[in-house]
Amino acid sequence: MIDDDHSAPLLRVHGITKSFAGVQALKGVDLEVRAAEVHCVLGQNGAGKSTLIKVLSGVHQPDGGVIEWQGEQISIAHPVAALGLGIATMYQELDVVDGLTIAENIFLGHERSAGGMLKVAEANRATRELLLRLGHGNLSPSTEVGRLSAANKQIVSMARALSHDTKLIIMDEPSAVLDSEEVRNLFRVIRELTSQGVAVVYISHRLEEIRQIGDRITVIKDGRSMAVGLSARETPTPDLITLMTGRAVANVFPARVPVPADAPVLIDVSDLTLRGQFTNVSLSVRAGEIVGLAGLVGSGRSEILETIYGARKASGGQVSVGGTRLKPGSVRSAVHAGIGLAPEERKSQGLILDEPVYRNVTLSTFARFARGGFLDERRERQVSLEQMQALELRPAVPERTTRTLSGGNQQKVLLARWLVHGTKVLLLDEPTRGVDVGARAEIYALIRQLAAAGTAIILVSSEIEEVIGLADRVLVIGDGEVLSTTYAHDIDERGVLDLVMKGAAA
Amino acid sequence: MSEQQTVPAGPASTNPPAAAEERPGVVRRILSGSAGRNLGLVIALVLLVIVGTITAGDRFASYDNFLTILRLASIIGVISIGLTFVITAGGIDLSVGSVMGLATVVASLAAVQAAATQSSWLLMVLIPIGVGVAAGLINGIVIAYGNVVAFMATLAMLVAARGLAELISGRRTQIVIETGFLQFTRSSIIGVPLLIWIFLVVAIVAWFLLNRTTFGRRTVAIGGNREASRLAGIRVKRHLVYVYVLSGLTAGIAGIMMLGRTTAGTSTHGTLYELDAIAAVVVGGTLLIGGRGTIVGTVLGVLIFSTLTNVFTQNNLDTSVQAITKGLIIVIAVLLQQRFATRGSSGN
Repeated sequence: MIDDDHSAPLLRVHGITKSFAGVQALKGVDLEVRAAEVHCVLGQNGAGKSTLIKVLSGVHQPDGGVIEWQGEQISIAHPVAALGLGIATMYQELDVVDGLTIAENIFLGHERSAGGMLKVAEANRATRELLLRLGHGNLSPSTEVGRLSAANKQIVSMARALSHDTKLIIMDEPSAVLDSEEVRNLFRVIRELTSQGVAVVYISHRLEEIRQIGDRITVIKDGRSMAVGLSARETPTPDLITLMTGRAVANVFPARVPVPADAPVLIDVSDLTLRGQFTNVSLSVRAGEIVGLAGLVGSGRSEILETIYGARKASGGQVSVGGTRLKPGSVRSAVHAGIGLAPEERKSQGLILDEPVYRNVTLSTFARFARGGFLDERRERQVSLEQMQALELRPAVPERTTRTLSGGNQQKVLLARWLVHGTKVLLLDEPTRGVDVGARAEIYALIRQLAAAGTAIILVSSEIEEVIGLADRVLVIGDGEVLSTTYAHDIDERGVLDLVMKGAAA
Repeated sequence: MSEQQTVPAGPASTNPPAAAEERPGVVRRILSGSAGRNLGLVIALVLLVIVGTITAGDRFASYDNFLTILRLASIIGVISIGLTFVITAGGIDLSVGSVMGLATVVASLAAVQAAATQSSWLLMVLIPIGVGVAAGLINGIVIAYGNVVAFMATLAMLVAARGLAELISGRRTQIVIETGFLQFTRSSIIGVPLLIWIFLVVAIVAWFLLNRTTFGRRTVAIGGNREASRLAGIRVKRHLVYVYVLSGLTAGIAGIMMLGRTTAGTSTHGTLYELDAIAAVVVGGTLLIGGRGTIVGTVLGVLIFSTLTNVFTQNNLDTSVQAITKGLIIVIAVLLQQRFATRGSSGN
């Protein structure tokens, strides 16, 4: 139901430029958002999405360009001015206060009060209305926000935006902290908003999501808009990837390399059990082979990897590497035997973010380079630099603080760590989480190369097509059991889902 | 394990070369690095010396008085250095002062002194060290393997060690009469008292340990990200025990120094030293949440506080005013650190 009013742009941005200390973050961005549409802004990390958001929400002032709001040229001097116009922003790091209730959060800064006394009942009533508008009447306004899930915190954040009579909500990668069920719910809420005439600018680099929720797309690359107002449903994926990355991605997944029949089995897992999580998981991986574990969130995939690695103590079964049985529950024994893990939560489980890259690369090996307990940092730097160059980790500066790297490069730091270690068996848990589309193909190619060089790889991913596209064999996991083992070319996404659903029904 | 592998030729990529590393101004880079943080501390120290010289003249600015300041700094300094490792590893040790007190009491027991006179005064050196190491071992095991929060475990040790010291000393001050021990601890080398030499040696050894050895790297790594360190194959629990033992060891060494300086062992030695030590460590630039530690900073932090005390004493000023000034210095130092820290990381 699009009438003429709706197709006239609510927000029109033309030729916005912005530089920081000589670095040009935005070199000319155009954007046009209509009322009641979901407008997706697509771009790799560092393309300038965050800067654009900050310009629109009044945090930064643009150096040049024009912003038109409802047909009038305006400037947005500060965040409060943006709210006054009806532009609200939901940042990735949710700006809710954990210790306050839902109602207190929603009216934070514009409390309902009379003579300095808070009108709690009125605020609660208004909150309930806002939550109802968002389809979340089940949330109580007096619940403390700290007890809510990330998904519900987003709902609070959106309700707060609505409390300002908002016409446009900018959402910065809202799905990054959500699981698939929560994402579906988020989409329901977004549709609720647009049906009430609110426009949404949706920032993401997940193409699948944009297809589902988006109306139109603007692609940004290197601080410039490459395409404005493309159809979100009809633009072919390769076109979008080419616009985002500036190069054609003919084939995202690298070609499989046949595993020689006489390749030795590097890791053998038999009847591995972790009480309450999974039972009797058996698998073996040969040199050069990639085995993928597919299944839904909560199926026990990550737990299996962590137990193989000894980060969790198995309650039954065993893991052998090259014929040697590993000590259950001992990471050290696993690392010593030649297993490496690139964990799911890269930032909290994998990296020391404030340390230089080279110290993260050598975190498992610095003692090997040391002489008599004294570190040899020069060799550590040199070895790290060699790996960084081999993995095309950019910029190849070993002294750089790890926090400043993109998701894809941080993943490469972990790969480099295990390459330096000489790992024979690599366990990869969600290797492309938080990695943007262009860098993904590169990570896939690296994983395949590692396998081709003789490494045995076990891969876990919540994206089923990633498992099928990359692995040689696929184990479908459901409810903590191996439901089937097949060659990857004998199964598709549909097949995996069918198996999972049957397993759940049985 | 086998030697490292390299990936064969990477994926053909047409990516442009990485954008030139952003280079903040040289001055800013130095200021935001460790040298800059230490420079700030040096400036603060110099200012204090200038204030002291102006207000107290020769009473302050004399060789003897500087030795007094250093002697004052040496005991808390050794404790603070051990504590620097604990804090860098993301922990805390509140028991350092009371463990030091306990060490002085045990070493000055009549029976121990008699035994030392019969065998060797070295016994009175080894016993405080043994007491400190034992207390650190208990702290470490309770924290690492018992999963007790470090704050609570070492608070318990603080209270218990103080109680034990009172119990075995009967709350009496025990005078040191063992002449060999007194001669040793009160000796000077080229005109500089032994206590200051101990401080210096401990500081140098600690600097190497933290910055140049695998022990130091593990300490920083665990403080920076404990889970990542564990998953990289570092024996985190065992290492944490070592770190608390190290802190106990320095508390024991401080006990020897205290016995020598005061010629007495008492359960009240070291009261509230843990707070002075934490202040010195944090003002020095070690992060209270772990992951970054600096021995030079800790030494400068200790020197700032002991110089401040001396300036106040030389001017016959109230200790209450001194306490207020200390509080201000702590807050200002932390504020400045934060500014440098944010400036250093906000390249873009």
